[in-house]
Amino acid sequence: MTVVRGLFIAQRYSAMLLAPFVLIHLALIIIVVRNGLTAEEILSRTNGSTLWFVFYVAFVLAVTVHAPIGVRNVLNEWTRLSGGVVNVICLCLALLMLSTGLRAVFAVT
Amino acid sequence: MLKVSIWRGVDEGEFIDYEVPMRANQTVLDIVTEVQRNQEPDLAYRFACRVGVCGSCAMTVNGRPRWTCRSHVNDVIDGDRLVLEPLRSHPRIRDLVVDLAPFFETWKGSGAVFKPSATRDDKPVKITADDPARKNADAGIECINCAVCYSACDVVSWDKNYLGPAALNRAWTLVNDAKHGERKETLNKALGDGGCGSCHSMGNCTRNCPVGLSPSAGIAGLKKFALRGLPKVEKP
Repeated sequence: MTVVRGLFIAQRYSAMLLAPFVLIHLALIIIVVRNGLTAEEILSRTNGSTLWFVFYVAFVLAVTVHAPIGVRNVLNEWTRLSGGVVNVICLCLALLMLSTGLRAVFAVT
Repeated sequence: MLKVSIWRGVDEGEFIDYEVPMRANQTVLDIVTEVQRNQEPDLAYRFACRVGVCGSCAMTVNGRPRWTCRSHVNDVIDGDRLVLEPLRSHPRIRDLVVDLAPFFETWKGSGAVFKPSATRDDKPVKITADDPARKNADAGIECINCAVCYSACDVVSWDKNYLGPAALNRAWTLVNDAKHGERKETLNKALGDGGCGSCHSMGNCTRNCPVGLSPSAGIAGLKKFALRGLPKVEKP
């Protein structure tokens, strides 16, 4: 299997995960905001919750796989950067998303 | 009289206007031939069969790529005017003639070269007409290599790595062909750099294909195979 085919497959499968994840995430935000919960009330519900921990860790992992591959395609198609430079940029982006995403998950669960 | 603007030159050049008598049952190729024979003997254009088989007479007609031998003037004319240019996204040679060599090079990049899976001493593979893989191949097999889809594709126009719809359509017919000995290699190449992943699914190839093929469907099929793997076919 070629690298490009592997990235294509990874992006498609991560998209399959992200589709329901994003809907659940958006629904959650709307419900929380409409009910007027404070930050403390939200944290009291998420702290120690295995369900939300697993959900958001999976969410962050899926985003970390999906988004940098898409950005890689865009940069390869629209800029004159070399393939190696694009790969490094996208790897850094993936690491940034992973670290900030997991940091947020650990902070609220 | 019909007003015809024809591109003269290579990358640098200009449109020259000609007037050609309007006749019943004229094709665009008839118009170009009329200009070349009666008004502009050094006008360069390419044709061979004149009946929609060889795929050599394609040009840009009033902004859209078309096979000129089967394009009736009445169907493509804008008012009383025809504007004829070479196909886009190909290196220009002169006037209406483009260099198709880079277009055919893309076929190699997509693994679209048939490799036999058996020798003349082996029994031929039994393939039934209702075999699903054969039906997939049949749907794309009538390509005449006219390069109209390649010229119509916007991704080809801006992404020099992209193999284009014709080469990927050819790869699609081969990965569905039980007689092809390198189906896996062809699939990997068609899904490699500049392959199916670069397609934006805009459908210009399918909209403009003169023989009614759907390279878009073939590319979508290749993407499915990327996830599910190749379908089983009869072994030789």
